[in-house]
Amino acid sequence: MNMRIVLHIWRQRNRAAQGRMVRYELPNVSEHMSFLEMLDVLNEELTRKGEDPVAFEHDCREGICGCCGFMVNGVPHGPQRGTTVCQLHMRHFRDGDELWLEPFRAAAFPVVKDLMVDRSSLDRIIAAGGYVSVNTGSAVEGNALPVIKQCSDMAMDAASCIGCGACVASCPNASASLFTSAKISHLALLPQGQAERDRRAIRMVARMLEEGFGYCTNTGECEAVCPKGITLDNIARMNRDFLKAAITYREETAASAAG
Amino acid sequence: MALNLDAKIPSGPIELKWDKARFEMKLVNPANKRKYSVIVVGTGLAGGAAAASLGELGYRVKAFCFQDSPRRAHSIAAQGGINAAKNYQNDGDSVFRLFYDTVKGGDFRAREANVYRLAQVSVDIIDQCVAQGVPFAREYGGVLANRSFGGAQVSRTFYARGQTGQQLLLGAYQALERQIDAGAVEMFYRHEMLDVVVVDGRARGIVTRDMVTGAIDVHIADAVVLGTGGYGNVFFLSTNAKGSNATAIWRAYKKGAAFGNPCYTQIHPTCIPVSGDYQSKLTLMSESLRNDGRIWVPKAAGETRKAGLIPEAERDYYLERMYPAFGNLCPRDIASRAAKRVCDEGQGVGPGGKGVYLDFAESIGRLGRDKIAERYGNLFEIYERITGEDPYTVPMRIYPAVHYTMGGLWVDYNLQSTIPGLFVLGEANFSDHGANRLGASALMQGLADGYFIIPYTLGNYLAQVQPGGVDETHHECLAAKTEAERQMKTLLGIRGNKTVDDIHKELGKVMWEYCGMGRNAQGLEKALGLIPRIREEFWNNVNVPGSGEELNQSLERAGRLADFLELGELMCRDALVREESCGGHFREEHQTAEGEAKRDDEKFCHAAVWEYQGAGQAPARHVEPLNFEYVHLAQRSYK
Amino acid sequence: MSTLVAGGRNRTAILYESVIGKKIIMAVTGFVLCGFVAGHTVGNLQLFAGPEKLNHYAELLQSLGGALWAIRGFLLLCAGLHIAMAVQLTKLKWEARPAAYVKKASIASSYAARTMIWSGPVIGAFLVYHILHFTTGQAHPEFVKGDVYRNVVTGFQNPAAALFYMIANILLAIHLYHGVWSMFQSLGVAHPRYTPLLKTAARTYGYVIGVGNVSMPLAVLAGLVK
Repeated sequence: MNMRIVLHIWRQRNRAAQGRMVRYELPNVSEHMSFLEMLDVLNEELTRKGEDPVAFEHDCREGICGCCGFMVNGVPHGPQRGTTVCQLHMRHFRDGDELWLEPFRAAAFPVVKDLMVDRSSLDRIIAAGGYVSVNTGSAVEGNALPVIKQCSDMAMDAASCIGCGACVASCPNASASLFTSAKISHLALLPQGQAERDRRAIRMVARMLEEGFGYCTNTGECEAVCPKGITLDNIARMNRDFLKAAITYREETAASAAG
Repeated sequence: MALNLDAKIPSGPIELKWDKARFEMKLVNPANKRKYSVIVVGTGLAGGAAAASLGELGYRVKAFCFQDSPRRAHSIAAQGGINAAKNYQNDGDSVFRLFYDTVKGGDFRAREANVYRLAQVSVDIIDQCVAQGVPFAREYGGVLANRSFGGAQVSRTFYARGQTGQQLLLGAYQALERQIDAGAVEMFYRHEMLDVVVVDGRARGIVTRDMVTGAIDVHIADAVVLGTGGYGNVFFLSTNAKGSNATAIWRAYKKGAAFGNPCYTQIHPTCIPVSGDYQSKLTLMSESLRNDGRIWVPKAAGETRKAGLIPEAERDYYLERMYPAFGNLCPRDIASRAAKRVCDEGQGVGPGGKGVYLDFAESIGRLGRDKIAERYGNLFEIYERITGEDPYTVPMRIYPAVHYTMGGLWVDYNLQSTIPGLFVLGEANFSDHGANRLGASALMQGLADGYFIIPYTLGNYLAQVQPGGVDETHHECLAAKTEAERQMKTLLGIRGNKTVDDIHKELGKVMWEYCGMGRNAQGLEKALGLIPRIREEFWNNVNVPGSGEELNQSLERAGRLADFLELGELMCRDALVREESCGGHFREEHQTAEGEAKRDDEKFCHAAVWEYQGAGQAPARHVEPLNFEYVHLAQRSYK
Repeated sequence: MSTLVAGGRNRTAILYESVIGKKIIMAVTGFVLCGFVAGHTVGNLQLFAGPEKLNHYAELLQSLGGALWAIRGFLLLCAGLHIAMAVQLTKLKWEARPAAYVKKASIASSYAARTMIWSGPVIGAFLVYHILHFTTGQAHPEFVKGDVYRNVVTGFQNPAAALFYMIANILLAIHLYHGVWSMFQSLGVAHPRYTPLLKTAARTYGYVIGVGNVSMPLAVLAGLVK
């Protein structure tokens, strides 16, 4: 079945330029298309007309790379729960639907072009401590460290975060708490992550603020739009870890850093 | 200059070669490591692991990726798992068996010494990843879980749900971010490599385009490492990410790096079939599904009933019938060709008859819905999201799709290409999988190359060269930069009537038709006639809107397609010369009476190595003979 | 590139300067204020028990003398910190998303959660009025020092004052509806089994306070309490 879809898309040439919504009409959209395939069709048409195609981020189109993501009618990745916009299919829309597409908006996510934003702030949060400091070659035998299956499963739940930024986009405060807490939780739930647990919580939380993200007011918007089902429990764990670390953490001194 | 194809394989017994090589390698003094700079292009399992490990060692590393973050590399999409010869299951696995299986699985077209080393370091990879906090599946006792995967008869595959690639990549990415924060690695994202700079016969840098500003720059280093992945997107439709491209390796090829076995392509048997002409990519369903799913088609051609209404007696479980020992778990190439054969005979299901059923009804009956959901829940969700059908109640429809390219830049035992100082890792090289890659081996090879091989072999190279000595104003740098700028300008100046995708789809059709699952001389010759015409059309009639001084996704795609249009021709050329069937390369003229691949070890027990001879010139074909001392040449049989 | 956790920064600074630290201060002061609200409501509900009971309760409180001032000071400090954190965090929120969405849907957040920064100031203003009205009397035209019962009844017989009380207390209930659970979440209290119970309990607390506080002006207006 084919349908007519009206799109209002945010067009912005570059970071500094003014943006605005532009209306497009697609008369013949197949219900089996993915949402991005619909945009491909639009872009092919724009190119043929000599117009600038709509820039949007995408790569794997399998919902795992975390590249894609923009707002569809005010919701990151669109209306289907637990689904990235590349996996969203047009069968969830109806003939004549009007859709508003906007980039994720946050001070920490400056617009690159149209629907694309710069999310390198999320990388810098990971760089602040979202790792286990183990150089290549210094690992112990894999089975030397038993991990409680339940903890491993919970760590895996948290580690499924794809870093798309939908949580930030949906948050009324543009907070990156769900993203940050997912990584803190992943490593806090595993024995490998214990040595740096306090340091990690303090550094990642501080970096979150430095990057210009807001704070968490526990509204639950992030959890609801997360395509990978990361839960608010992770934020509670981050808060707990941070509180404990802030009370008990021994600050690094020049001597300990050099040592 | 004559092409030097010395593989530099260390002498001695196979199990001691790597130790010997490492001992004989020259070392860079720890105090001197800061003086050497290394460029790593690509941040997937191979490139990411390499950049992180080299940063840890103390080299000054510049890492590049075209995505907006190193975590986006396409390694992230690997679902199934990673092999390692840990023998945790006590089921008879060993380094030698993993080596043996990989050589045999590759249909005797890989270098024994490389494969043995891969099997050796496989065990270290698991340890490293566990230490990084990769949440591998665990047993209740807390130990690592394993499963049997992709035709292996031992359980040696480690996995993290259906997201093993994601978790391994995040491990490497986190290690990389740690080095970035420490200042050891400088990260350039949204940068696409356009050329290699070769000075005095050595790779000394790359030319990149900043995809946001359009700025074309030269970056200089003492060595260049490419971990830029495979070239499956030459087919337009493949399971690769939309951005995956061959530009880095192709431009290196044109600068003198020889290309090994370009025609070796892996077609994955379990992908979601095409639904329409707007299709932008194909989605893989992990072949772990074949552990519990049964593949069948209706016995009658042109069957119109729904799957559930077709009685058992009228179903053809063709893999179980043809390969009783391995059944639904036979290797990828065999399963793919069998699917194509039954569809060609009219038994296919779904739109256009291009699909076969993968049915879980029996295992759901035997194990219960919950058990199946636990094993494959996320895959079933992906399937339902894409097709709108519920695989718990309706059998999945699957069809083969291009998935992996075993060919790539030729490298020696040290992973160095024919350009000294240019190293190639992971899928971008040709080294370890021969003519067919086994399931769960790609992740193993990417990480082996990045974590455990390049840190040694690159050090050995650097120890023998002086750091520095070239800067961005060197005439080779300027020439490479000018050439890159010229190409951008040309592409933007054509303003023709066809879009980049229009032409890419044409190329893809030709490649899939004539250089896909089944190939023959007539078809390949036809393709060799068609591709230059498509290329000409591209250079005369493509429409790339916008300018080069801004983010321009059409321009990015056009540059990549320009390279695919040349690479596709080389693939057909290679496939035409290789008059045998081996692994993923199936020449219809060379098959047994039962339709199985027939190798010709007399004439083709070698790697084909292609050398660029200049624009408009036919490339030269060289060979690197392959010797099998430990795994004896035998016809593969999965009956 | 970062100056994080450099030597010399003490723990209080880490806590105060971080977004989570601010939320923790918000939660702890909120907890204290919650306790006050509960006690205050229960005490005031003695209105329904008649003049003696209520006036006796007021005298009891007054007899605490210095301790009462200490408690008042502590509550004021908590309220001050609560407000200061709210101001700082709200500023941060505006900075974190300078450009608004053309279209934005809320799909999970409650009305209460989204309006915390509006219900807060109204409650704050109400608090000032409440003190001037019933404690010091400046805002009460018929204020009689020491006769709390009479003051409440005459105060609420003014429909405008009663209405403001009801609106403010409904807002307080809404504030608590989100705030009480949020407080536990900010402090990191979460458990797969008990979190849903905690959520329900927190919401129930909001309802109870709301119903209790609204019942008083309503009862006076309806003539049930004279």
